[in-house]
Amino acid sequence: MSSSVNAIALKSILHKEVHRFMRIWIQTLVPPAITISLYFVIFGELIGSRIGQMGGYDYMSFIVPGLIMMSVITNSYSNVASSFYSAKWQHNIEEMLVAPVPNWVIVAGYVGGGMARGILVGLIVTLVSLFFVDIQIHNIWVIIATVCLTSATFSLGGLINAIFASSFDDISIIPTFILTPLTYLGGVFYSISLLPEFWQGVSQANPIVYMVNAFRYGFLGVTDVSLTIAFSVLGVFIVTLYTLAMVLITKGVGLRT
Amino acid sequence: MRKALEISNLKKIYKGGFEALKGIDLTVNEGDFFALLGPNGAGKSTSIGIITSLVNKTSGSVSVFGKNIDTELEAAKSYIGLVPQEFNFNQFESLMRILVNQAGYYGVDRKTAHERAEKYLKKLDLWDKRDNASRMLSGGMKRRLMIARALMHEPKILILDEPTAGVDIELRRSMWEFLKELNQQGITIILTTHYLEEAEMLCRNIAIIDQGIIVKNTDMKSLLSSLNVETFILDLDSKDLADHSSIELTGFTSRLVGECTLEVDIDKSQTMNQIFTQLTDLGINVKSMRNKSNRLEELFVNMINQSHEAAEEK
Repeated sequence: MSSSVNAIALKSILHKEVHRFMRIWIQTLVPPAITISLYFVIFGELIGSRIGQMGGYDYMSFIVPGLIMMSVITNSYSNVASSFYSAKWQHNIEEMLVAPVPNWVIVAGYVGGGMARGILVGLIVTLVSLFFVDIQIHNIWVIIATVCLTSATFSLGGLINAIFASSFDDISIIPTFILTPLTYLGGVFYSISLLPEFWQGVSQANPIVYMVNAFRYGFLGVTDVSLTIAFSVLGVFIVTLYTLAMVLITKGVGLRT
Repeated sequence: MRKALEISNLKKIYKGGFEALKGIDLTVNEGDFFALLGPNGAGKSTSIGIITSLVNKTSGSVSVFGKNIDTELEAAKSYIGLVPQEFNFNQFESLMRILVNQAGYYGVDRKTAHERAEKYLKKLDLWDKRDNASRMLSGGMKRRLMIARALMHEPKILILDEPTAGVDIELRRSMWEFLKELNQQGITIILTTHYLEEAEMLCRNIAIIDQGIIVKNTDMKSLLSSLNVETFILDLDSKDLADHSSIELTGFTSRLVGECTLEVDIDKSQTMNQIFTQLTDLGINVKSMRNKSNRLEELFVNMINQSHEAAEEK
């Protein structure tokens, strides 16, 4: 198919995906704003004021980038996982499978939808955080690059989860038992330099540590990990997950009998 | 004449070993109105699934307007419009969005897609519902929506898997008219249906599939002409039957069912006039007459029975 045909197909999938999460904005956009407000009130105002400084910044300023990133990760992942699995469950994924849409366009369309929600929620959370703390920006390009690559990574993760899922329970298992622990242990609420040496080593196996720290660097200019390693980790994850998603869709795993 | 669809030695074995297709060959010419009939589980939907790439084939080849699905899948797909058996659109989306997005998957820009959506929604009497969520539609409306959706990219071949299942008679007839109109415009149509009357009324050519094998592939006229005996039901005037405890028609097998209903079997060498002459001689008037069963249905049942017997003998 020509590139213009593919471009229209991609635009259609993106249009559908963005319209889906905008249509149910009370379920998709409002909860992160409320959750983040509670984090700010509890961890920032009530507990944070007793913690003092972390990484050279007051605790509230320190956790803001991590909380934004946590929202981006959760929403990118869950958007694609629930949208793609719903399309499988209702069989309307067949609308795309019978059409001359290349598999890379399907992957790009769903990942684009996940990124759109992740980034939009990130913006909302950033706006909410302005009510609690003055945000400084150290390097806007690092912020943009990190948020885009992270949301792409977790959108791909959500897509793969949905491809394998055979029930709605299956798309909540990974977020509950893997994603949430990794996020909470990924340096959102603390600097990993506070951990004993052994646990610092263990933390380095957690990819979210690199994403949160690169993002925090963009705001505050402080990080526990090297930016080169952080972006390399993101690059490796994106290439690996994209390749896996393409193989699965091409083979028709969970999609074709 | 160009071949719209060419299937060669197509086999499908599902996980678990069930052999749904045992090497079928099928050709549908451009412009044809083709019926694919068979009992439940015969392999109809599997065949359609493979043609539309929703099912992976085990072996064999499928070409759509000369484009092999193994080597030119996207080109082959672009020719096909599919109306599946089950409702498979997003239940929460509006009709307009469903149609416009579907057109987009085929590379139709949104302006053109909106124009076509308006055309087909009006044609199929769904225009007033265009902004409603599709789950709010009745069953018949959902069927029509699936037809509209399949037409959004103006396919050259339209495949309908039991499109009138659960649709009332009036609506079914209007859908038949619409399908005839599409066929007259040059769209090749392949239809699977359980309503054999539908196939007889619409289709020029027919294939009957059973247990993964094509048991008959011919034109409708030849198939119907192979029917040797038909049964007619005659409603007789009750006043004339007072003097008759039974009715014997020379040369015919007949039986009285009910008080004034006569069933008569007529083979190809016999005429209706012979029956009327004998009944007139007996002083019995015929008030009305009808064919007992759909002719195609009779043939279909016979063929399937023969196919099962042959399978059992093996």
